[in-house]
Amino acid sequence: MRGPALSGVFLLLAGLAAAQEIPFPERRSGRDQMAPETRAMQADDEANPGMLWVLDGADLFARAPTPGAPACAACHEAGALRGVAARYPAWDEAEARPVDLEGRINLCRTRHQGAAPLPREGRDLLALTAYIANQSRGLPIAPPADSRLDPARATGRALFERPLGQLRFSCAGCHDAHWGRHLGAAPIPQGHPNGYPLYRLEWQGLGSLQRRLRNCLAGMRAEPFAPDSPEATALALYLMQRAAPLPVETPAVRP
Amino acid sequence: MSPDRRAVLAGGLALVLLRPAAAATLRPDREPTAEAIRRFTGGAPVNPGRVGLDMPPLVENGNTVPLSITVESPMSAADHVRRIGVFNEKNPQPHVVTLHLGPRAGRAAVATRIRLADSQRITAIAEMSDGSYWSASADAIVTLAACVEG
Amino acid sequence: MARALINMPKTAPAGSVIEIKTLISHPMETGYRPGPDGRLRPRDIITEFVCHYDGAEIFRAELSPASAANPYLTFTTLATASGTLRFTWSGDNGFSQSQDVALTVT
Repeated sequence: MRGPALSGVFLLLAGLAAAQEIPFPERRSGRDQMAPETRAMQADDEANPGMLWVLDGADLFARAPTPGAPACAACHEAGALRGVAARYPAWDEAEARPVDLEGRINLCRTRHQGAAPLPREGRDLLALTAYIANQSRGLPIAPPADSRLDPARATGRALFERPLGQLRFSCAGCHDAHWGRHLGAAPIPQGHPNGYPLYRLEWQGLGSLQRRLRNCLAGMRAEPFAPDSPEATALALYLMQRAAPLPVETPAVRP
Repeated sequence: MSPDRRAVLAGGLALVLLRPAAAATLRPDREPTAEAIRRFTGGAPVNPGRVGLDMPPLVENGNTVPLSITVESPMSAADHVRRIGVFNEKNPQPHVVTLHLGPRAGRAAVATRIRLADSQRITAIAEMSDGSYWSASADAIVTLAACVEG
Repeated sequence: MARALINMPKTAPAGSVIEIKTLISHPMETGYRPGPDGRLRPRDIITEFVCHYDGAEIFRAELSPASAANPYLTFTTLATASGTLRFTWSGDNGFSQSQDVALTVT
């Protein structure tokens, strides 16, 4: 019953002005559009349910993934990963491609820990990612000035601006052109990735940026990108550039 | 939108479109809220007052709704809150939570998070140590999240 | 073990009221949601939370499917004497978990 109603709103949005990238001073975290109760849930580490994953991640970080292999903590001192989440996705030399933070964790596992990659959206990978990203909380998003990332960023921007799916909507059509307005009763955010992994009340749990993008694309009646696909990483790269210098909020809470 | 909310919303639509008897078959086993409250109070009268119920009037997502309750009580051995029962009108079951307190609580101030399947009224009823019952109600409008799967 | 997060002061003056906040990882599956195969997923919830202070019950909650996932409960207690607070969650499918936190009363 919701589909037709929302499609109507989408059709209204579709005919409006072409999108332009949001200028630096106007960039706003989705946090600013949330109800005070939801903001309070995020702000208090004693009440933020995302902290359950952060604490799980701290345990996983300190524990050897396979007997005899080093734990993450054997190489990375406590706090040494502060800032990392603010600059991922980043270029990986050996793979010769950009990888996101989840991908980086899995590369560490296969290269240095003799362990299998953790499944995307599984509790352990979300927990480790949340633990690492939480160390960057409060730091501004700072994408690396690495020219090898430029082609993927350009691809990401093209994906963001291109009409996709059966409804022919683009990400930009909502999140650049109409942020601050409403889709049904829900405020349209600018759509920044500065709180992932985050606790979405809709999910009743923690989820990644890739899961959120899948939700967006499903709403657009478009084929979701596979996590860890070049398209997914390219879009994440562009989103990070588009979000700078908003602060990292992991674990954010969103409706 | 989670499927349970969808089911309840679909039920709401059915109430409009179908005969009430047909709609009722969707949840044939739902205990009426008044009956659940009667079981909690044993049929004793419930007075309005002494209970403070804090819930956002506009809920961003019915999956997680913050709820806090305070009761005016000295919380002494002689005069305290024994229990607080919370009830809803439109979830599949009328009971939300029952909280057992006592004089060792020091204060009657509790908080939790609840699910609301639809816009509705929530009622909190406190049972005092003298056997009296006091209550407060609050209404919430539940809005729907945009761009969700399934 | 499900991750639980208990926040309360480590020390408190005798006779003061302390606030205790608890969170625990649990899906609180309602029993009213269909799974991917269209059938209702069976109910799987925490049905009871109890806090004992040196063996005496000071707070108890009876939970229903209307409690949100990852249940959050806050309550208060009088700091009477140095001792141990035991937090116990129990529910469907044999779920049972306890965690102790020491309180020093000055």
